Amino acid sequence: MSFLRKVWAIVWKDLLIELRTKEMLSSGFVFALLLIVIFHFSFDLRVDDVVAVAPAVLWVTLVFAGTLELNRSLAAEIEEDRMDGLLLAPMERSAIYLGKVAGNLLFMTAAEAVILPIFSAVFDLNLLQPMLLLTVILGTTGFAAVGTLLSTMAANTRAREVMLPVLLFPVLLPVILSAVRLTAGTLEGVPDASLAPWLRLLIGFDIMFLVISYLTFDYIVQG
Amino acid sequence: MDRQSRFKSFLNGLSALAMVASLYLVFLYAPREATMGDVQRIFYFHVPSAWVGFFAFFVTLIAGIAYLHRPERRWDILGFCSAEIGVTFTTMAVVTGSIWAKPTWNAWWPWQQEPRLVLITILLLIYLAYFMLRAFVEGNEQRARFAAVYGIVAFFSVPLTFLSVRWWQGLHPVVFERQGANLTSPMLLTFAFCLLSFTMLYVTLLAQRTRVARLEDELTALSQQLQTKR
Repeated sequence: MSFLRKVWAIVWKDLLIELRTKEMLSSGFVFALLLIVIFHFSFDLRVDDVVAVAPAVLWVTLVFAGTLELNRSLAAEIEEDRMDGLLLAPMERSAIYLGKVAGNLLFMTAAEAVILPIFSAVFDLNLLQPMLLLTVILGTTGFAAVGTLLSTMAANTRAREVMLPVLLFPVLLPVILSAVRLTAGTLEGVPDASLAPWLRLLIGFDIMFLVISYLTFDYIVQG
Repeated sequence: MDRQSRFKSFLNGLSALAMVASLYLVFLYAPREATMGDVQRIFYFHVPSAWVGFFAFFVTLIAGIAYLHRPERRWDILGFCSAEIGVTFTTMAVVTGSIWAKPTWNAWWPWQQEPRLVLITILLLIYLAYFMLRAFVEGNEQRARFAAVYGIVAFFSVPLTFLSVRWWQGLHPVVFERQGANLTSPMLLTFAFCLLSFTMLYVTLLAQRTRVARLEDELTALSQQLQTKR
């Protein structure tokens, strides 16, 4: 089996489980919806300019919902002892990592595909712009790259659900900052050229952390 | 006394002397700064503390890589001992920085104006997470592996954090100028000496802390032996 087919096998497995249980998508989506509604009401009372708060609200929503999904994704593997099965499968550990990243990315993007239009409607903003969609995809990639590594780690600790955000958020700060900047820039109609450094930072983060996580994942699941 | 503990006592004495000499240089030798006054003297302790903090976290990174390369207990000990000292010195840098910022910038924590403050806060949060992780993982070997990986991931995100925070604030007007490097030569000498003595203090603390960690290991092993015999 080629490397890509192995990665795909992992993605397919997660996809099948998700299609049958609908655990991750529903929990992430409902949580995001709740956040949007709560943020909307709490800001609506005191903020005149929605554009000023919307980028931060959007990314807090996406990151919180994504954290929930990541927790589900890996905790299920550990709780039901599926991790042992995965590790016994005749494939490199890095294929498992890439498969999990691709799966998480897929589920997060699917949730975002629903969240973004709802967010646009609730906050009365057009979020469906090419630059913004690119930002969301790049931001989610960085999030999934580090998140998959750290959630595997967190799932093996005693305080699973609490551990992931504590480990993840400080490391993720560059992604959140640049994504919020890019979102704000796009909403305010800043020309794309002046947003280029942020885009480069985001891409740089994605590549750097895909490589680091790819290299270190082996040490997390061994033993 | 064997050679190693003699060397450690020598280190203790040397850094004690260096710290006293630093205090003398800072308070009696270095001239009074013209615009900021005496409060500027905190700079001689503030910058070296921050430097030792960064350096200690760098040592944690190296120890992490070394551990993944060759899983030996001493690398793990080196990693978390250095991180502990790093957290101590970064906290010191935060406290001294605040004391300096209040009279100079008229705010204890003007983080909107100074990217370094955000950076140092994130650093503290990251290494607090590092110790939380260590506390919640079971088994020495797994703890060491997880800590090593987190130490590596965390350290690489730091420069990107600094970059993003700096750009973030670059879009706002710069309210405060950083003090330039236009120090007079006695000031420069004092500063260089403080930097050296703080680094020496770090090495001394690290030597002592790793020794304590090794002794703790021995103690655990001995008490386990005792329990099995009973």
